[in-house]
Amino acid sequence: MASMNMIQALNNALDITLASDPDTLIFGEDVGYFGGVFRVTDKLQEKHGLTRCFDAPISEGGIIAAAIGMGAYGLRPVVEIQFADYILPAYDQLVSEAARLRYRSGGEFWAPLTVRSPYGGGIFGGQTHSQSPEAIFAHITGLKTVIPSNPYDAKGLLIAAIECDDPVVFLEPKRIYNGPFDGRPDQAMKTWAGHKDAEVPEGHYTVPLGKAAITRPGSEVTVLAYGTMVHVALSAIEESGLDAELIDLRSIVPLDIDTIVASVKKTGRCVIVHEASRFSGFGAELSALIQERCFYHLKAPIGRVCGWDTPYPHAFEWDYFPGPARIIRALNSAMEN
Amino acid sequence: MARAAQKDSKTESGKKLSNVSKDDLLKYYREMVLIRRFEERAGQLYGMGLIGGFCHLYIGQEAVAVGMYAAAEKGDQVITGYRDHGHMLAAGMDPREVMAELTGRIGGSSKGKGGSMHMFDIEAGFFGGHGIVGAQVSLGTGLAFADFYRQNGNVSFTYFGDGAANQGQVYESFNMAQLWKLPVVYVIENNEYAMGTSLARASATVNLSQRGASFGIPGETVDGMDVFAVKDAAERAAEHARSGKGPYILEMKTYRYRGHSMSDPAKYRSKDEVDEVKATRDPIDHIKTMLQQAGVAEDEIKTIDNQVKAIVLEAVDFAQTSPEPDPSELYTDVYLEA
Ligand SMILES: Cc1ncc(C[n+]2csc(CCOP(=O)(O)OP(=O)(O)O)c2C)c(N)n1
Ligand SMILES: [Mg+2]
Repeated sequence: MASMNMIQALNNALDITLASDPDTLIFGEDVGYFGGVFRVTDKLQEKHGLTRCFDAPISEGGIIAAAIGMGAYGLRPVVEIQFADYILPAYDQLVSEAARLRYRSGGEFWAPLTVRSPYGGGIFGGQTHSQSPEAIFAHITGLKTVIPSNPYDAKGLLIAAIECDDPVVFLEPKRIYNGPFDGRPDQAMKTWAGHKDAEVPEGHYTVPLGKAAITRPGSEVTVLAYGTMVHVALSAIEESGLDAELIDLRSIVPLDIDTIVASVKKTGRCVIVHEASRFSGFGAELSALIQERCFYHLKAPIGRVCGWDTPYPHAFEWDYFPGPARIIRALNSAMEN
Repeated sequence: MARAAQKDSKTESGKKLSNVSKDDLLKYYREMVLIRRFEERAGQLYGMGLIGGFCHLYIGQEAVAVGMYAAAEKGDQVITGYRDHGHMLAAGMDPREVMAELTGRIGGSSKGKGGSMHMFDIEAGFFGGHGIVGAQVSLGTGLAFADFYRQNGNVSFTYFGDGAANQGQVYESFNMAQLWKLPVVYVIENNEYAMGTSLARASATVNLSQRGASFGIPGETVDGMDVFAVKDAAERAAEHARSGKGPYILEMKTYRYRGHSMSDPAKYRSKDEVDEVKATRDPIDHIKTMLQQAGVAEDEIKTIDNQVKAIVLEAVDFAQTSPEPDPSELYTDVYLEA
């Protein structure tokens, strides 16, 4: 065991995979010589060589497309897209090629690529550096979408994603790379040191895709979250004094619907929290699935706490970001009914 | 045109130097110093936590925006990426509005909602400030189409970096621009690095002026640290575009002194390399020497320096006293009607 922040845990996952599987390779903008803008690929080129971890030009469409080709012929590429906001130039390749190759070749070809990308707000990044685009990947059948919330999961889920034979979009909540963030910007920054989920085994292990974690067991209301929002929701629950059950989805496709349904049937109430804007956000799908399966157990309407339905603004960071106060309001409103 | 022409702008600008008027010298000096002092202050405000998020300074590249703008005519458009403060100041935008956008205040050019990377000013013909690398190249091509369609004699000056030059949409744009003979001047600001990656690490060919060759677009490599070399090349390129001959590419050899953004550990280049450029190629030192050679008195230069300082301080003051936007602004400008 070693204490790691999320960056170190992800770096460690990549290091282990490069060492154990000669078909795995890493490329992307600034990932080789420079070690990545968030340092996730630091020293990997030095250690594993130029053909295993290398720099790509600023060409997102080309990067992801090339990775699909590599994957179709047996390699296992892991590409970094510097910010999730820049996956969009490659969206066509992800949707029309990566996600669909297996189906349209009758199972003969597939593209086992992993697209790692930092995402999310709370960093004053404005509209091109703070978005949470998970719903537009979740909507695409054939893609898997994974979002860790702590160093232990980050490493285990990333190794699982790389080893998975389907294309995986692996979104890294950049606000919590260096420490958990509970949505209270006026308080001192925390690091991961001392956090129970920052204890990371040094060797190979996986956290299965499609298995949620119960971060906090409870009986009164179910809270669904992923990424940074797990920490914000936990802090809100503590402040609310309610006995809420917090579920960290960890991957939204595949989705651990069984864990969600069991919890909501127990509590009869549910609040969904995500950073992305609300309309057609992933919360809408969760809400529909829950009402289909738990309708007669629900004691209150399902609540959603999300980013506002606007582009991510430069000013108003903390008005936009769904912080603890908004979550507490939703929890109380779920309890009123 | 079968082969793209390539000229050596240095000799051309050398020939013309005798025509440089003292007024021009003073004007360009003032504009370049304004950008530098503005950016230094922006860096300070960032360090003090008054500017949040991303902030990319233009220090070192001042001669490009100023020299290019010298060839602009009323109605021309300018569009660039996220390293945009210098272009806005060169286009004549109010420094107070630029600084207040950085601090996210209502007096900012985008009411505080765009931030450093996303600023606009219709009156200055400034079409942004764009955070997605390469996107502005296609947008600028569309601006040029509108000029062409209206036959208004205007030109779109479309700026992008050496890194952006590898985006696929750049080549889609080159093809369309030449196919339809659009009045666009593509200005590639080659500052040798795209974030932490040097040009050669990510580009199969490093002569960026020739990137349009396969489409038959003429290109020149220009000393982007010499405001007069830039201006001369800009005039040739704009004349080509304005006269209906289609697009033109200018590769500006320049250098950024600061980190890519404010959080850049700068491990990818040595301090010696940066110091060497500062000592030998600085665009402001260069024009200052010309001022001295032209016999401009030290006092006159000092006066400009002081005026610029006052303008920048006023911008800083405005950027701190202009109120934060009202939360109701969050929902305006999403659609036509809120
Ligand atoms: C589509 C897209 N990909 C990646 C980025 C991240 N990024 C921002 S600036 C930059 C480097 C661009 O370098 P260059 O074009 O040379 O411009 P410079 O910063 O040197 O002015 C990168 C990779 C982005 N903003 N948009
Ligand atoms: Mg550059």
